[in-house]
Amino acid sequence: MKFNLFLFFFIFLSKFIMAAEKSADPNLIHKNLRCLVCQGQSISDSNSDFAQTIKLVVKDLIEEGKTEEEIYTFMTDKYGDWIVFKPQFNLQNSLLWILPYIALIFGGFFIFSFLKKRQ
Amino acid sequence: MQKIIKIIILLIFLFVIGVFYVSLTRNTNYSTLSLINKETPEFKFTYFDETNFYTRDDIKKNDFTLINFWASWCAPCKVEHPILMKLSKTKKLMILGINFKDKNVQAKSFLKELGNPYDLLAKDNYGKQSVIFGIYGIPESILINKDLIIIQKFVGPLSFEDYNIIMKIIE
Repeated sequence: MKFNLFLFFFIFLSKFIMAAEKSADPNLIHKNLRCLVCQGQSISDSNSDFAQTIKLVVKDLIEEGKTEEEIYTFMTDKYGDWIVFKPQFNLQNSLLWILPYIALIFGGFFIFSFLKKRQ
Repeated sequence: MQKIIKIIILLIFLFVIGVFYVSLTRNTNYSTLSLINKETPEFKFTYFDETNFYTRDDIKKNDFTLINFWASWCAPCKVEHPILMKLSKTKKLMILGINFKDKNVQAKSFLKELGNPYDLLAKDNYGKQSVIFGIYGIPESILINKDLIIIQKFVGPLSFEDYNIIMKIIE
């Protein structure tokens, strides 16, 4: 029993360690970066000159050992929040992130009180 | 209770209208002007003749430096060239030209034909170094002061208006 428990934790932890060691996936990063000179395309979808350059830069950054988050930070430093499809949480866009949860809570409360009243 | 619901619905309606109004009236053109007033990042541009590299130390020596990204295949670069030639006569301003994703022969013939306004000439064969300056199309120009602070960024060809802005800053 003890051995099984040990084996379970060993596999469980080694998966985490392996995931942490795994380098960033360039395709995933390309999909989350916006092509600034295209109409609504990601870097992954675009063959534009700009997209080709960004792909090369992403490749270099991965080779330097940068993580996915560090690459997004580098890109937003240079091109602003607009370059990432999933904007990072900050004071300016906090409402964008929090509002759906507020709407969910208020909506739930509203439906709950409405149903309770009907009963 | 019904009154509160009505008020909430009205507030939501006004909020939605407000969001639409702001979204429809704001300028959606992408801009890298946020780089203004920031320190010049570390860079390493290869000399045009590939013998060495230009770094931040090379632009520290001058009161003002204009980094201009250009290529022979870029039509708007030809448009702004007379402005660069005019700016090159100003002693207080050093112009660092970055030949962007271009062929040496064509770049040389471009400068031979139209004149060479650059005090320093470098190249960025793959455009990778230019990303450091948030370049996404050429021509683009960046005005930097002695303290290595970016004071202006010009996206697109330099105009006479831009020329006046630069002259006003450096004098």
